[in-house]
Amino acid sequence: MSSQKTKSAKNLPKKVLVIGSGPIVIGQSAEFDYSGTQACRALREEGVLVVLVNSNPATIQTDSETADKVYIEPLTWEVLEKIIEREKPDAILATVGGQTGLNLASELEHKGILKKYGVKFIGTNGKAIELAESRLEFNKLMEKIGIPILPGKIVKDFNSAKNFAESSSSGYPVIIRPSFTLGGTGGGTAHNEEELRQIMELALRMSATKEALVEKSVIGWGEFEYEVLRDSNGSAIIICNMENIDPMGVHTGESIVVAPSQTLSDIDHQKLRSAALKIVDAIGIVGSCNVQFSMNQDSGEFSVIEVNPRLSRSSALASKATGYPIARVATKIALGYTLSEIENSITGTSAAFEPALDYVVVKIPRWPFDKFPKSSRIIGTQMKSTGEVMAIGRTFGEALNKALRSLEIKVPKSINPDDHLYPPTDLRIFAILEAFRSGRTVAEINKATKINPWFLARLKETTDFEKILAKENLGKEMLLKAKRLGMSDKWIAFLKNQENKNEALTELKIRGLRKSFGIIPTYKIVDSCAGEFVAKTPYFYSTYEFENEAKPLPGKKVVIVGSGPIRIGQGIEFDYCCSHAAFALREMGISSIMINNNPETVSTDFDSSSRLYFEPLTFEDVMNIIENEQISGDFEGVIVQLGGQTSISLAEPLANAGAKILGTSIDGIDIAEDRERFRALANKLGIPQPKNDVAMSESEALVAAAMIDYPVVVRPSYVIAGRAMEIVYNDEELRRYIHEAVEVSEKRPVLIDKYLDNAIECEVDAIYDGKTLFIGGIMEHIEPAGVHSGDANIVLPAMRLSEKDKKTIEDYTQKLSKSLGIIGCVNIQFVVKDTIVYILEVNPRGSRTVPFLSKAIGVPLAKLATKVMLGEKFGEKLALPTQGAGEGQQKSTHFAVKSIVFPFLKLMGTDIALGPEMRSTGETMGIGKSFEMAYYKALLAAGIKVRNQENKGAAFISLRDEDKKYAPKMAQLLQKLGFSIFGTLGTVGSVQSAIAISKIGKGHPDVIELIESGTVTLVINTPTKGGRANTDGFKMRRASIQMNIPCITNISTAFELLKALDELKTQKLDVRCFDEYG
Amino acid sequence: MIAVLVLKDGTTLQGIGFGAETTSVGEVVFNTSMMGYQEALTDPSYGGQMLVLSYPLIGNYGINKFENESSKIQPSGFIVRELSPNECHKDSISSVDKFLKDGGVPGIYGIDTRFLVQHIRDKGVMPAILATSTREIDPKSLLKKLEFDYSAIDFVSKVSTKNPLIFGKGGKKKIALIDYGVKMGIVRELVARGAQVHVLPYSASAKDIKEIAPDGIFLSNGPGDPAILTDAHKMIREIAGYKPIMGICLGHQLLAHAFGGNTFKMKFGHRGSNHAVLDLESQKISITTQNHGFAVDKVPDGFVVTKINLNDKTVEGMQNKSKQIISVQYHPEASPGPHDSRHLFDEFMKMI
Repeated sequence: MSSQKTKSAKNLPKKVLVIGSGPIVIGQSAEFDYSGTQACRALREEGVLVVLVNSNPATIQTDSETADKVYIEPLTWEVLEKIIEREKPDAILATVGGQTGLNLASELEHKGILKKYGVKFIGTNGKAIELAESRLEFNKLMEKIGIPILPGKIVKDFNSAKNFAESSSSGYPVIIRPSFTLGGTGGGTAHNEEELRQIMELALRMSATKEALVEKSVIGWGEFEYEVLRDSNGSAIIICNMENIDPMGVHTGESIVVAPSQTLSDIDHQKLRSAALKIVDAIGIVGSCNVQFSMNQDSGEFSVIEVNPRLSRSSALASKATGYPIARVATKIALGYTLSEIENSITGTSAAFEPALDYVVVKIPRWPFDKFPKSSRIIGTQMKSTGEVMAIGRTFGEALNKALRSLEIKVPKSINPDDHLYPPTDLRIFAILEAFRSGRTVAEINKATKINPWFLARLKETTDFEKILAKENLGKEMLLKAKRLGMSDKWIAFLKNQENKNEALTELKIRGLRKSFGIIPTYKIVDSCAGEFVAKTPYFYSTYEFENEAKPLPGKKVVIVGSGPIRIGQGIEFDYCCSHAAFALREMGISSIMINNNPETVSTDFDSSSRLYFEPLTFEDVMNIIENEQISGDFEGVIVQLGGQTSISLAEPLANAGAKILGTSIDGIDIAEDRERFRALANKLGIPQPKNDVAMSESEALVAAAMIDYPVVVRPSYVIAGRAMEIVYNDEELRRYIHEAVEVSEKRPVLIDKYLDNAIECEVDAIYDGKTLFIGGIMEHIEPAGVHSGDANIVLPAMRLSEKDKKTIEDYTQKLSKSLGIIGCVNIQFVVKDTIVYILEVNPRGSRTVPFLSKAIGVPLAKLATKVMLGEKFGEKLALPTQGAGEGQQKSTHFAVKSIVFPFLKLMGTDIALGPEMRSTGETMGIGKSFEMAYYKALLAAGIKVRNQENKGAAFISLRDEDKKYAPKMAQLLQKLGFSIFGTLGTVGSVQSAIAISKIGKGHPDVIELIESGTVTLVINTPTKGGRANTDGFKMRRASIQMNIPCITNISTAFELLKALDELKTQKLDVRCFDEYG
Repeated sequence: MIAVLVLKDGTTLQGIGFGAETTSVGEVVFNTSMMGYQEALTDPSYGGQMLVLSYPLIGNYGINKFENESSKIQPSGFIVRELSPNECHKDSISSVDKFLKDGGVPGIYGIDTRFLVQHIRDKGVMPAILATSTREIDPKSLLKKLEFDYSAIDFVSKVSTKNPLIFGKGGKKKIALIDYGVKMGIVRELVARGAQVHVLPYSASAKDIKEIAPDGIFLSNGPGDPAILTDAHKMIREIAGYKPIMGICLGHQLLAHAFGGNTFKMKFGHRGSNHAVLDLESQKISITTQNHGFAVDKVPDGFVVTKINLNDKTVEGMQNKSKQIISVQYHPEASPGPHDSRHLFDEFMKMI
């Protein structure tokens, strides 16, 4: 990014506190790392000292290079006050940390903390935030300036909501929107009184101000968004307007979104644009703001839905869609610069302009229903998606089809459209395509979905063309047309094969044919100005046209394959690693070429790499780029180790097509991932594995399980984050599993492992250069083996492993790395039982713990791995770090704990008990001088806040049979902490001073009543087995989630928490800047 | 229907034809607005030009009866990446294809318009010939037929009204608007503010204007090189000081020429609705609609620059306080584009 050129000397703050957004949760994803990082850089460019607070270690923002002082601490107002007290910042930037940052800043202001320490807001101030966020204030303001709002009422109780819903100005359905919540949490659409009662109850509980807006529903109206930047002088510009393809009734974060809008005339657009500017002016925004409108496209009538007075998911999308660095400019504005004084670093012209697009952008959310098969797939006013993909094309079809294949999801083979059209589900777009294939008309689908017929007609164009393509000869023109519609080679082959069963076309055959016709993609620049000015941005997308603007980069260069959308099992950690690879290449003077499709992340910021291709991560799209770059320059190879399963699974096809893969060989990767080959290797090296077998059929599986002895862990081969992995205890469960799991992985057998009960699980992340091994650390899981490693609380250094165990682990890591021919990253998971170290699995790639471990030991592992992949050796060019496992960790004076957050609140019908399937969305890190302190901080950061004010709290314990023996000890600890104790008869029957409670519905009060009345503030429930929705345990766990109280489902987690709480009675929670930990 | 576009430098692009089956010539210019194609197609300032839209998807909301800026299609050719096969808007009464066909203007789609835009950006605007046909087209013979000198042609006489017209009858204030190719958007804004607008032919003399006894005089936008309209320069000199004057676009450039200022031909002009203009007094910026290929580089004595373009610092507004003249290079009436500057019409109404 070119340096800031500014005209006037401003009265700049000296030190600014920037609040990050914490762990990735549904509704708040990687976008705030992206915008927060850009903001920190923008501040530092001006010589302003930046104090950053964030609890999420997997962020570029918390790298020591991003801010002057980094605090990896829980995001609570108490912690922030301590930091303010220590750092004495003179200003706070509240608008780059999502709703979390905004709410915290509001809290700090309301509690008088900002005033006490003389901290002032920069950018949009507290008063403006209040005006935008409080429904009451906002509605009053809109009435004053004459902007239509939907009829609605702010209510604080159910009866007022009911009165409104039944009034003449509304009627059912109504929308309920709680104030001050994230991603619409607790909101919903009520079609009748009963639904209203249910939603209101949750909404009031979720709202920070215990109020909610009940609003007339305009389901079916068009939904449009405007991203606005306004400076302190009152100048304002629109960066982007966006249209939700899913009409009103679906949260914008859940909608397929297109930019710019497609169905508005200039008159319509200007009406909304002017309204957006008027609103932002009236609120007094200084920086970025998102304004959402609904419009009845039959009458032209419109109303404002809401505004976000901060950087948002939409602003990140708008940034990537236009190439305009919104966060950077918003931060300069916050410092007092006017739009006319800020330079657009892309074109070298002024930042005061409205980007002109000469392409179409489509965003599609990525939902986690593959991980939560029991949760309702219906999408609505509350967010359920974890991430999103974006694609760029010159036509709508091209962009849409590229986005669809970027999702990396397996679409069910048969979809009954009527199950998905209305109410909409995550599969609606596929259902619409299916409906057109089976002959339905645009009018019919429009009637069912209310989606604008323009979009529907475009979708039908694709399915109509599919039919022609399948039948006609595949000549040059036909193929070019298919490519211009965004169809993949794979899809074209599939269509031809489906039509003619004798054909056996493959993706590679189509690729060959296509190239023989000279049909290869051309790359266009995203330049924010539609070609009007010469752009410096190295930001490209593919299309099939005349001119290719991506002339191959000169000199040494490396392609980094990214990790795609944030999903459960493959989160921001991998984007972090990819970004670090680009930074390492920069240090080495090698050009980095990033390929990714996630608009929320740092890796897709235009200045993270030397060149960015915003493209799907399929073999076809990645190979096209490699071929384009191989035309000239020194192409060094492709990094596939850092983008998670997405990139590593491309290694083989890319290598087969002639691309040079950097680091570990394809064969090494294959041995690690192929169970049979890996078993042979482990045997050869004398490394014990839990008994395991592979089964191709149900009968084989039953035999294998009998031989191994129940309980066993079953899973399909080649998995991401334990998809469809389960622990089964008997034949019946195994049979059921086989029936459900067959769909999960094509032509892949089922794997069966002995499940080791009550064993310690641990893992290492290491880097091997072919000769020297660097183990970053041995991380111990607090939960016993059987809980997915991604869902476990993890501590470093390991606490329960003996020195001998550790030595064995180091020894095994060395042997495995050497035998597999690892060059770069490796992650190995072990389980220790009865002093025997077993190997669970080897991931020949960077893992999700790389950022956590890098932070914990202060060594940038992904960067080191990148350098190793490019041939640097430890002890030669590359210094071998001293902070790793072994002696390094013995010297460590602090503990680091990684904790996790779950999406259970948003996904109804889901049991929160943990198992071998990963279900967490994000992570937090706690650092402390003692384990207890670190653990407590990590949990606090993950939102587990044990309330026991004035010792009036009560705990409810219900343990499974195996754990019942711990009940007295647990009760003792709880009592020491001042809790009164309730429990099930089976658990606390023999514990004095505990009150046994009757089963649900069998007497009063039962546990649900105790939870709902607020008596119980902590639940400890270890369930026998997950997955049964009708048990008392399930109801109890759901109730605690709804009441927002901690529910601990694992005995180890529970004991460690109680010990930490006990410890903290004598020890004050202290905060420290990251560098202060030795 | 096939279509071939050949530029003066020989660049040839083949695509799919739409609109009328014919051959036409013009100077190729590009516009970066993402919406408002109907207003652009009917904007008289595009007289003698072929319009390339950089935004690739055109025609989505059809053609309606509110957004015409004049009574006919003005550019001689229309060049887009993708023409929407259907229109979805409550006000749509026609498709773009039919609109062009009815207007006798050829169009081409399916070509790499981003390439074309950048080509013009790098090489400057240039003449081109566009042919659409259901039969074969020979590109080489097309180039031979291409004889066109934009600057030599007086487009104003072609687009200006032949007879005086009156809009907003009964309005409180009387405005004489000299039509060099006026956009109806300007007339609409004035009428909306209570003006009775007398639209006069471009050739109207100072005497003709005074006969109307207006409260203010308006010099409209229009096509072509302002330097060659010497009669207009003379008329403006004569009428100045009589009543307050406001000029837009060509009107603004004519004011410069009338009082000894000058204009130059820009390499590829400003055409779009996203340029920021800085008001030198308030230091506020406005996002403006722009459509011009010439700009004022010498501001006449007695005039001060009031506004500049933030990107290339060209003159966007002038004022002569003693003669009560204000002018802007951009289009405060928008249509299409942002309404940020419509307050300028209020200012003019206050002046008169």
